[in-house]
Amino acid sequence: MAFMGDTLSPAPLWHNGPTPGAFYNFPANSSNLGPASRPLQDFRAHSASPITTTTSVIAVKFDKGCVIAADTLGSYGSLARFRDCPRVMKVNDLIMLGSGGDYADFQYLRDIIEQKIIDEQCLGDGLNLKPRSLHCWLTRVLYNKRSKMDPLWNNYVVAGIQDGEPFLGAVDKLGTAYEDAAIATGLGAYMATPLIRDATEKGPLDEESAKALVRKCMEVLFYRDARSFPRYQLGVVTAAGVTIDDTVELKHDWSLAHMIKMK
Amino acid sequence: MFRNQYDSDVTVWSPQGRLHQVEYAMEAVKLGSATVALKNKQFAVLIALKRAVSELSAYQKKIIPIDDHIGISMSGLTADARMLSRYMRTECLNYRYAHDAPMPVGRLIGMVGNKMQICTQRYDKRPLGVGLLVAGYDDQGPHIYQTCPSANFFDCRAMAIGARSQSARTYLEKHLTSFHDCDLQDLVAHGLRALRDTLPNEVDLNTKNVSIAIVGPKTPLRVADEAELSRFLALVEGEERRGGTATGDAAPSGEEPQPQVRIVIININ
Repeated sequence: MAFMGDTLSPAPLWHNGPTPGAFYNFPANSSNLGPASRPLQDFRAHSASPITTTTSVIAVKFDKGCVIAADTLGSYGSLARFRDCPRVMKVNDLIMLGSGGDYADFQYLRDIIEQKIIDEQCLGDGLNLKPRSLHCWLTRVLYNKRSKMDPLWNNYVVAGIQDGEPFLGAVDKLGTAYEDAAIATGLGAYMATPLIRDATEKGPLDEESAKALVRKCMEVLFYRDARSFPRYQLGVVTAAGVTIDDTVELKHDWSLAHMIKMK
Repeated sequence: MFRNQYDSDVTVWSPQGRLHQVEYAMEAVKLGSATVALKNKQFAVLIALKRAVSELSAYQKKIIPIDDHIGISMSGLTADARMLSRYMRTECLNYRYAHDAPMPVGRLIGMVGNKMQICTQRYDKRPLGVGLLVAGYDDQGPHIYQTCPSANFFDCRAMAIGARSQSARTYLEKHLTSFHDCDLQDLVAHGLRALRDTLPNEVDLNTKNVSIAIVGPKTPLRVADEAELSRFLALVEGEERRGGTATGDAAPSGEEPQPQVRIVIININ
């Protein structure tokens, strides 16, 4: 019976071939590079949440310009981690930019904006970026990033002088944009906007009263917002240019909280 | 044709330091009919002389609107002008999308210049055979630019390009100082007189063969319709013509009939 071979465990009938009913897979064929043969771990990670965060930005228009204020705290969750994170920047002589949210994302976009201004100066045609253009550009950038499911986690406030008139506009991380006479982001949207609206309803502000109003808002926010800080920057833009003061410290007096007993 | 061994492609230098292909391309501009651009302190104006390929056909468009604040007038290969105008329109549109503002004219011209330069430096390309007059208005006021196939561009107060345009330039040079402070009517009249100087004696300007575009402050680019055209043409009607005989800088006079053949093959305006 030996000539019949081992009928109980026969040698394979078909070597190196495709599984019956399938196509032969030639080695080094381009079809091997198709999606099915790639490792399953080929994915791209996006930031899902901010890490080092900053809080509110307060901005208000007055008769001849705009004021922006923001504190200098970089929080790490609820930890007050970095105490000198300036986030009110001069873009050019007629534009100022404030940012709240993820500080790294702000630094990334700040560098891009600074390069944009340098490129423009290199052209040397005497034209300067205008606030409405920057506001529009930020809207496009932020909306584009959110559409890639990878948003820049920031609120931006653009203040400046557009053709002689004060301009104030906001953009959030989704690319939602609007202009208003008073803008407050973060917790300030709830606590500072009512204060600013009350003040502006009584009539147009001048520079000093606008600054005083914003200072008052920073104080209220410092008492109420647990992610805030007593040191803040205050910037003013008028047709004469942008001035961002050195960081100032607001005077706080917790004796007003005598009703609160820590036990 | 003055063929020589140094014009095989655009990257070949002649021993005299010339790029013959680029120079030939410059000649293509002179095959198109004349067009004039000039500005005063507010407005920039384009005026073009249109040609009809045959008695049976319509007059070919010479003025192409780019955006609300920019228009171009072309002389040379129509196809190349259309390619450039499409590029310019795209750039203006993208600038508006990104910056919510009209494209500064000088920056657009810079980009066009860079685009035109590339094909003067690669052996597998050819220079564009078209010259443009660009009229635009932006924050810095009205602008007139001239572009060439050599990728040079010039910021002008007034300029004329195209066939027999030397006569128009002579007129513009003579009256250059009066443009800045004259009003829009006079500006267009100057332009029409300059353009008329390029015409042979038996031809005159009419609403069919003239095209006018105007741009200025709070005046989006407007290509004049027939009613407005005839109002402008009335400004110079019946005036005595000065430079009736062409002191043309176009192709040598012996070559004059030849462009006729080329117009049929590749559309030149």
